[in-house]
Amino acid sequence: MGSVLALCEFTGDKLRTSALSNLAFARLAAEAHGGDVVALLIGTGATAAGSEAARYAPKVVVVDDPALAHYLAETYAPIVAQVARDVGATLFSATATSTGKDLAPRVAALLDAGMASDVAKLEGKDTFVRPILAGNAYSTVKIGTPIIVVTPRQSEFEAAAALPAPGTVTTAAAGPINALGAEFLRVDAQKSDRPELSDAKVVVSGGRGMKNGENFKVLEQLADLLGAAMGASRAATDAGMVPADWQVGQTGKIVAPNLYFAIAISGAIQHLAGMKGSKTIVAINKNKDEPIFQVADYGVVAEWEKAVPELIAEIQKLKATR
Amino acid sequence: MKILVPVKRVPDPTQKARIKDGHIDVTGASWIVNTFDEYAVETALRLVENGAENARIPGSEIVVVSLGPDEAAKEIRTCLAMGADRAIHVVCNDNEIDSLTVVKVLQAIIAAEKPDLVIMGKQAVDGDANQVGQMLAAKLGWPQATFAASIELGADQTSLTVGREVDGGVEYKKVPLHSVITVDLRIVGPRAVKNGVTPASHNYSGEGARLPSLKGIMAAKKKPMTQAKLADYGAASAPVIQEQSVTLPPPRAGGQIVADIPTLVKKLADEAKVL
Repeated sequence: MGSVLALCEFTGDKLRTSALSNLAFARLAAEAHGGDVVALLIGTGATAAGSEAARYAPKVVVVDDPALAHYLAETYAPIVAQVARDVGATLFSATATSTGKDLAPRVAALLDAGMASDVAKLEGKDTFVRPILAGNAYSTVKIGTPIIVVTPRQSEFEAAAALPAPGTVTTAAAGPINALGAEFLRVDAQKSDRPELSDAKVVVSGGRGMKNGENFKVLEQLADLLGAAMGASRAATDAGMVPADWQVGQTGKIVAPNLYFAIAISGAIQHLAGMKGSKTIVAINKNKDEPIFQVADYGVVAEWEKAVPELIAEIQKLKATR
Repeated sequence: MKILVPVKRVPDPTQKARIKDGHIDVTGASWIVNTFDEYAVETALRLVENGAENARIPGSEIVVVSLGPDEAAKEIRTCLAMGADRAIHVVCNDNEIDSLTVVKVLQAIIAAEKPDLVIMGKQAVDGDANQVGQMLAAKLGWPQATFAASIELGADQTSLTVGREVDGGVEYKKVPLHSVITVDLRIVGPRAVKNGVTPASHNYSGEGARLPSLKGIMAAKKKPMTQAKLADYGAASAPVIQEQSVTLPPPRAGGQIVADIPTLVKKLADEAKVL
């Protein structure tokens, strides 16, 4: 009868959408574990976002300390481990974001917990389904430690809905904070008004065939018309055409939007691993033999130079009639 | 600088996955050094070279460690042929160990070897777990810098500034020596690793990790490779993470090629209802 501790990432006083996916996973896990979901928020200003978290979780623990202004695995992991012990957690979950993936294994080691990464499905209190081999197979793993650590995939768990009545918020002390000599310097952020790649409903991705970064402008026009996020294949990011964090694939972001445009992308296994969960896939490529057409729901064999401007014009026409 | 690089052999990911008796069938598979670990060996080499014909900074050493069956000696030799100095091979079967066992063994080896730095791949491309680096850092009480896309060794040679690929950008984190670094793809870019000794004008090829040279392959045959067992490090073959079964995802239903863009937009609006 253990509780499920769920890390909730936030920006300012708002939970991130990744936190709501984690809470959805945590509810399923809490049912299996026969305990409550306890949402955990750590960082300077966590108190403000804590009240939003209470709309989704019966219990919220907030660790708000001026020394925790920037995330560091070294300072956050011992706090998570301490709270997990204090609330009697039998499972700790953090969404598989770059923070969750950095932090959760460190927490697992501190708790001597077995861990399941990138979980797509819960099959029982200790049994989870997760992709392996770049998503080419799914492995069911059973974890035999008294406490288990899990990073659920955001794209596999729909955001949790609000509870009928809000939960209670308690604060916990950070305890001694020791960064072990590590220091946060800065983040060079990719500023964009577009939605985040991981939770966009529509994604427009370009590949090697776009030839250079300048050519991505037309894809950005298409993206802005659809309120879409921009993505790219590894070939395009490696060639420096677009920022590295646009990369969709095994080693980049895993996305599952309603609509995914793969433009001038051949469809290497590496890329398919990151997007084949999309509901509707559209491929535009001049070569009809490219593997991308094997996974696409709709394919158009055409050069992007001609097809994309035409696509923009047709969508504008369609929008004008509504 | 002494650097320890844990590596894993994995089935070549370009092979098609097959299932036998509910698990991945590796009969007849060809094996490679996990790509990210190969990048870690490359990173370690770039940190200890001075740029002159890949010559070494005096006093530097790179030790490769691997847990795996007898056959894994071949992939370990590949790392030695790239330029690592010696290796420790902990002989065991892949189904005897999980991430916690690997961490326990590495922790014991690090206590004996006392490296300044541990560099490894961010994940193995078979299990895709991304756990060992962070777990190891926690057990050692060392700081960590995961998903490294760039590394710059400070002028004092005692701290590193690591560019980490995070959601929405690149985070720069400073860590002292005695830390664990896990590397991402872009660490093998032409100027991603700076050690303060190799001239700034020196360009690495940028085509990934180096291929072993013929000279390197010959030299690797004479480099020391110590064999050990799990029990030598107080570890047992009792994994707490157990694979129950593996399934292949159902193939996506075949799509359709549409004649032109107006047809596509019509179908997206009326049939798929996504516009």
